[in-house]
Amino acid sequence: MKKVQAIIIGGGSAGLAAAVSLKKNGIEDIIVIEKDSEPGGILEQCIHNGFGLQTFKEQLSGPAYAERFIRMAEEANVRILLNTMVTKLSADRIVEYVNPEEGCVQVQAEAVILAVGCYERPRGGITITGTRPSGIYTAGQAQRYLNIDGYMVGKKVFILGSGDIGLIMARRMTLEGAKVCGVAEIMPYSNGLPRNMKQCLEDFDIPLYLSHTVTEVFGKDRLEKIEVMEVDENRNPIPGTEQYFDVDTLLLSVGLIPENHLADQAGIRMDPATKGPVVDDRYMTSVEGIFACGNGLHVHDLVDYVSLQAAKTAEGAAAYLKNGKPQGELRSIRNGNQVSYCVPAAFYPNDPPEKLTVYFRVRTPMDNAELVIRSGDTVIRKLKKQKLLPSVMEEALLLQKDLSGLTDDITIEITEGGK
Amino acid sequence: MYDIVIIGAGITGAMLSWKLSQYALRVAVLEKENDIAEGATMANSAVVHTGYDPEDGTLKAELNVKGAQQYETICQKLHCSYHTVGAYIAACGPEEEKSLDVLAARAVARGVPYDDLSGDEARKREPNLSDQVTRVLDFYTTAVIYPWEVAEACLESACGNGTELHLNAPCRSITPIDGGYLVKTPKGDFRTRYVINAAGVHAEEIHNMVAKAAWHVTPRKGEYYVLDQDAQPIRHIIFPVPSKEKGKGVLAIPTVYGNTLIGPNSDFLDDPDDNGTTDAGLAYVRSNISKTLNNIPLNRSIRTFAGIRPTTTCPDFIIEEVEGAPHFIDAVSIESPGLASSPAIADKVIEILLQSMQPERNPDANMTRKAPVVLKNLSAEERNALIRENPAYGRIICRCEQISEGEIIDCIRKPCGAHTVKGVKKRVRPGMGRCQGGFCEPKVVHILARELGISPLEVVYDSEKSYILERENRV
Repeated sequence: MKKVQAIIIGGGSAGLAAAVSLKKNGIEDIIVIEKDSEPGGILEQCIHNGFGLQTFKEQLSGPAYAERFIRMAEEANVRILLNTMVTKLSADRIVEYVNPEEGCVQVQAEAVILAVGCYERPRGGITITGTRPSGIYTAGQAQRYLNIDGYMVGKKVFILGSGDIGLIMARRMTLEGAKVCGVAEIMPYSNGLPRNMKQCLEDFDIPLYLSHTVTEVFGKDRLEKIEVMEVDENRNPIPGTEQYFDVDTLLLSVGLIPENHLADQAGIRMDPATKGPVVDDRYMTSVEGIFACGNGLHVHDLVDYVSLQAAKTAEGAAAYLKNGKPQGELRSIRNGNQVSYCVPAAFYPNDPPEKLTVYFRVRTPMDNAELVIRSGDTVIRKLKKQKLLPSVMEEALLLQKDLSGLTDDITIEITEGGK
Repeated sequence: MYDIVIIGAGITGAMLSWKLSQYALRVAVLEKENDIAEGATMANSAVVHTGYDPEDGTLKAELNVKGAQQYETICQKLHCSYHTVGAYIAACGPEEEKSLDVLAARAVARGVPYDDLSGDEARKREPNLSDQVTRVLDFYTTAVIYPWEVAEACLESACGNGTELHLNAPCRSITPIDGGYLVKTPKGDFRTRYVINAAGVHAEEIHNMVAKAAWHVTPRKGEYYVLDQDAQPIRHIIFPVPSKEKGKGVLAIPTVYGNTLIGPNSDFLDDPDDNGTTDAGLAYVRSNISKTLNNIPLNRSIRTFAGIRPTTTCPDFIIEEVEGAPHFIDAVSIESPGLASSPAIADKVIEILLQSMQPERNPDANMTRKAPVVLKNLSAEERNALIRENPAYGRIICRCEQISEGEIIDCIRKPCGAHTVKGVKKRVRPGMGRCQGGFCEPKVVHILARELGISPLEVVYDSEKSYILERENRV
C-alpha cells in the first residue's frame, strides 16, 4: 500500500488552507483529494462579494478568494487529486479513493485532515407536508444551477429560512428578474448575518416573516402554491394564520450540516450540537492522527474563519507528525449557560498551545451580555459583549497561562444580558 | 392487432408482462405516467409478506403464499435485491396474543414457517422492542425487496423479448371491435384481442369503459418516514398485531439499502391521486410506532412520502374476466399483499388467458436481464477492472450513495431506462441519501441531457410538466 505523511480530504476553502499551512510547517509529502473537477469547493458558486476582509483585507468574490488559495497551493507544490471521491476511511488512517484514471486506490497516511464541508438540510429533514412536485430546491442547489450551470430555476420564488445562502439567493434571483415574494423564518430572529439582512432583503424590499414557516406545498407536476403560517413560541403553527403564495419555486435555507459519513466510518466521536467531530486543542478527533477543520467540523459564518481555522488544524497535524500526541490527560471545554457549542471541546492542561481560540455560538440573541470563562469556581476571564447573535460565530481567546496545569474543565457561559 | 394490451405498468402489469413475454404474443403495456411503477408500486412497505395474514378462503391467501414462494428465484433471475430479514408480529398483552394464535393457525395450515417467541426472547434479538410487547411471532422467511427495481427488471426483460411499453399513454376509451377492443390513448390507438386492467387506483374508470363495475375503488393513503442509513434502529420488520380497520398497522422496515421506513397510517381518500403527506397522518405514524418500539430516531428522517393503496369495496383481489366483456380481464383491488402476490397474480391472469388462447412459446425469449453494475457491491479489483474499461465508473456523482456516472449512464441507456431525474433516482439511487440530491441533482440533469440529446431545460423531475430549470441565464 502507498504511504504518505498527510492526506487532506476536501479541496475547498478548508482543505486548501490546511494544505498551504501543512507545507509552511514543513510537511511536504501530502495529497489533497477533491471530488470536483476544480479545487475551490462551494466558493466557486458564491460569485457575490464579501469574502476575504479578514484574510486579505479586501472584498473578493468566492471564486477570486478561492483563486488566491489555489495559487498559494500551486506555489507550495501541493498535489491535488481532482475528480476523486474518498469512499472509505478507517481508524488506522487508510484512505480509499476512486477516480477515473487510477480506479480504486488505498493509501495509508500518518495524518488525515477531514476538510469535507457540509451539506444543506433537505425538505425531509424538516418535514414540510404536501405533494412532491419539482420546484423545491435547497438554496445552494439553486445557486449552483444559476452561477455554475447558467440556468434560472423559476420565476416566482419564496424562501424558507433566513440562512445566509437563502438571503444571498433572494438578492441574486431578484437581480436576474425573478420575483421573490418573501422569506419565512421559524425563529423570532434572523439566522443570517446582519449585513446580509440589510443588503439582500431590506435593499430590495423583500418581506421577512419572522416566526413563520412553510407548512404545506401544493402542485402535482411543478410547485404551484405554498402555505405559510405563523408559529407560537414552541414553533408550532398557529391555526388561523394561514397565508398562501402562488409561487413556482421554493428555496430551502434551513441549516447546514457537517458531512460526517467518513468520520462515522472511522469511529470518530461526534458532537451532537455541532454534528461534527469532537476535537481537542490541536483539532485532533477522538481517533489518533485524524484531524478535522472547516465546515465539516462546525458550520462557520465566514469563509475567512474557515481558512484561519483550517490553518490551525494543519499546525496541529504538523506538530503531531513531528512530535506525536501531546502528553497528559484531556480536560473538556463545556457549554455553559446560553452557549450551544464550543469548538474545540477539549484541551491538554499539561501541554497547552500558546493561544487557543474557542469558537462558540449562543442560543438566542442577547444584548449587553457578559461572557464568563471559568475553570471550576475560578473565573479566568470576563468580557462584556454588547450584542450576541446565534447567526454570528463568537470567539473566546485562551492563553497558555490560562490553561496550564488546570485540573478542572473549562466552562464558557453567558451571564446577565437580555433581549 | 395486438394480442394483449395491459393497462398499468405497476408491479401487477410489469410482472404479468414479464411472464407473458415467454410466449410469442404481441403485447403492449400502456402507462399513463411518465415512468413505470409510479402508483402503489412506488410508495409502499416493500415487504414480501409470506401469507399468514389474509383470511382463509380468499384469493389473497392463496396468491400471497404462491407469490411469495416464487420471489426469491425471480429476484435471482432478474438480478434484484432480496433480503430475508424476517418479520416480527408483536403482541402487547393477552388480548392481542389471541390474534397471534389466529395468525399462527393460518401459518400452519398454509405451510408458512415461524417461531413463537416470548417478549423477552424477542427483545434479546431486537433490543428496541418495547417493554409492552409480551409475545412475538417471528416469520423468519419474510423478505424485503426494492419494489421499483422488480417492476423495472420485469419490464426490462419483457421489452427485451419484444413487449412494447408506452408511457404517457392514459387510456381514454375502450370500445369493442371485431375480435377484440380498440383502446384509445393520446399516444395512439391500440387494437387488441385482450385487455388486462391492471390500473391500480384507476381500475374502476378503466372497467367502466366496458361494463359497470360492481365495486368501487376506495383509495387509502399511507404515509411514511424514511430514516438515514446511519440510523438503523431495527434488524427485523416489526409489525403490530393486524386489525380489520387499520390493516397491518404502523410498521418499521429495514429496507434493502439500509434506510428504515416507519409507517404507514391508513386514511381513506376522495382523490386517488392525492399523494401528499399530511400533518395528521405523520403524527399518527409517530404516535403509533412507539407502541411496539422504543428509540426510533425520527429526527434522523431524511424524507417523508405518501403512497396510495388501490383498495376497493371488495375485500379480496379481483382477478377475472369481466362479465359481459369477453377477453377483458380485471386484475384489480390489488392492495396489500399485492406486491408479494404479484407473481401468482400474473399466473392467475395467464391461466384465464389460456382458457381461450393457445399461444406458442417464444423460442428466443430471455427471461433474465443483464446484471446491472453496482460498484458499491464490488471488490476493489472488480471495480478497477470496470474502471479501466470504462472510466465513467470511476467518477462518483452521488456522494451519499456513492453512485458513479457509469451506473447512471447504464440506467438511462438500457431498455425501459430512465429519462427523468426521479427515474434515475428510482433505478440507481442518486438523491436517495441524506443530502436528497442537493449536490448530485445538477449533475444528474446534465448527464440526462447529454445522454438523451436534449437541453437541460427539457429535463424533467418526474411528470412531463415537472420542469427543473426555467430558462437559460447566460451572460
